[in-house]
Amino acid sequence: MIEKALKGNRSYWIWIAFLITVIGIGLSAYSQQRWFGLTVTGMGRDISWGLYIAQFTFLVGVAASAVMVVLPYYLHNRKEFAKTVIIGEFMAVSATMMSMLFIMADMGRPDRLLNIMLYPSPHAMVFWDLLVLSGYLFMNLVSSWAMLGAERKGVLPPAWVKPLVYISIPWAFSVHTVTAFLYAGMPGRHLWLTAVLAPRFLASAFAAGTALLILVSLILKQTTGFDTGKDAREKLAVLATYAGVANLFLLGTEFFTAFYSNVPAHKESLQYLFFGLEGKSQFVPLMWFSLLSGVASIIVLLVPALRKSTKWLVVACSALVLSIWIDKGVGLILGGFIPSPLQEIVEYTPTATEIFITLGIWGIGILLLTILLKVVVAVKMENEQ
Amino acid sequence: MSSVSDGNTMMNEQRREFIKKTALGVLVGLGAASGLVPAFSLEKTILPVWDEKPVPGKIRWGMLIDTRKCKDGCRQCVAACHHAHNVPDFKNKKDEVKWIWKSSYQNVFPTASQQFVSPEIQDRSYLALCNHCADSPCTKACPTEATFKRWDGIVSMDYHRCIGCRFCMAACPYGSRSFNWQDPRTAIHDPVTTYPTREQGVVEKCNFCSDRLVKGLQPACTEACPEHALTFGDLNDSRSDIRRLLETNETMQRKPELGTKPSVFYII
Repeated sequence: MIEKALKGNRSYWIWIAFLITVIGIGLSAYSQQRWFGLTVTGMGRDISWGLYIAQFTFLVGVAASAVMVVLPYYLHNRKEFAKTVIIGEFMAVSATMMSMLFIMADMGRPDRLLNIMLYPSPHAMVFWDLLVLSGYLFMNLVSSWAMLGAERKGVLPPAWVKPLVYISIPWAFSVHTVTAFLYAGMPGRHLWLTAVLAPRFLASAFAAGTALLILVSLILKQTTGFDTGKDAREKLAVLATYAGVANLFLLGTEFFTAFYSNVPAHKESLQYLFFGLEGKSQFVPLMWFSLLSGVASIIVLLVPALRKSTKWLVVACSALVLSIWIDKGVGLILGGFIPSPLQEIVEYTPTATEIFITLGIWGIGILLLTILLKVVVAVKMENEQ
Repeated sequence: MSSVSDGNTMMNEQRREFIKKTALGVLVGLGAASGLVPAFSLEKTILPVWDEKPVPGKIRWGMLIDTRKCKDGCRQCVAACHHAHNVPDFKNKKDEVKWIWKSSYQNVFPTASQQFVSPEIQDRSYLALCNHCADSPCTKACPTEATFKRWDGIVSMDYHRCIGCRFCMAACPYGSRSFNWQDPRTAIHDPVTTYPTREQGVVEKCNFCSDRLVKGLQPACTEACPEHALTFGDLNDSRSDIRRLLETNETMQRKPELGTKPSVFYII
């Protein structure tokens, strides 16, 4: 089936060549990082996680959001998602792959990665995270590939696929819950030390991931003529809206608890991110941009007339994805380190090397997604003829 | 003639045999003395394998810092520690590796009362190091047991197992852990051979001088302090100096509200 990815028009190959170039640049930047150490990044003793872990967090959310199509299609038999469901699953595959690569990129000794499995430590959240992520990757890849293969041959999918899909539904929730638990169990990192972190992770994931799925389906329609259906996109837009509202609501509750209680530890990170602290305010414009674009995109999506217009849908979905990418990536991860345990405010700017490695990993993920979706489109178009 | 020569050969052989056996005996004796009988060992060691199995929790090493005695500007403890453990000096904050350092009152005790503190207390500098917490969040976060709690309460590091994920750094509420952002060997100016250097990409921190404790020595910082401001001892031994001082002075720990139970105490 994979051979279908080897046949494409000129623009397909230009796109592939572009992605390979980006990956190549990323790899050369990574070789520099392997040689000289993580000192080539903007991270340091006080802000010891940066762009990589931020991307990881965001992408696990994108991966988990596949459940937003899988659940209605398989559990509630919503036929309008028939064509979208495999796109969601393959997006989950490439997002999971990327999030694992970002963990690798962040490690000081990636050659010792298997130590996590050689010395299993159930008390460490990373151990569980690796288990759920690799399980999720396997489930989505195997089940959707088998489904597609059956569809191509015009036969029913094997019996084991359905149970695997059913397991993947609660598994998707667990994937992002464990990701939140990576942060939410640490004493002394007060921005993360909150019980609403896992619910907020799920809400922001379902908003941003679903919005991204709408955008991918529109790109597919534009580039290949394969249309997953306007109806499916509109229903997804409604789901993204509600998730986005839930996310903003949870952010609001964080603000209330922090600022009404006035406990310094609880409010300092939020204060730094949104208003600046001790004269330092590196992220203030970015955080307000994130908040305002998040609110604006939700307002647009809430209005049925605007939501139904493709132009407005693209604008709103892009703004929502960008808003959550800033909030969950930049804000949440970096904000957790500021102020430092010794009450110092240290600023962080990613280096060019770090940005190239990040783009390289995105390149790998998008290349994987392109190949998988190319096969999907080829199989579906063939069957339609 | 031949009989004399025969006798000589015999005597030579006997002598050779004698020397051989004596040498072997001396070697065996020395070996036994150095290892088996701790009192005669060349290097003073406490090797529980030889006498008793370590009882987890029986000993809990701790430190008391009398900040009143700690002289402003004196950094002998820091220098001694960093020298004894080949801690690199990068001279920049981003790549910095430190095991013990001096900082201000509000940095070391950010959750202690900050209002109307006497200027003398506010201006003093305070030592910060790994607290070797009884309930250590860093060892809980480590996915490979590269950092782990020893039977004697010391939070230790296995530099050969660490994958460099830096979860322990995020989990530590005291900023006590450093990562080797680059090869540390380029920044060790006066290396010692008694402690290993680390590799790029792993985390390190104060080891409460477990390398010196096995030799029967006090921690390097404690020994180096000209004012005897540091007291090191067993917190579980009610007759130890540290326990006597803890009972007769008002002391505090860093961020006690987090429930980590630090083993480093301060007299303010």
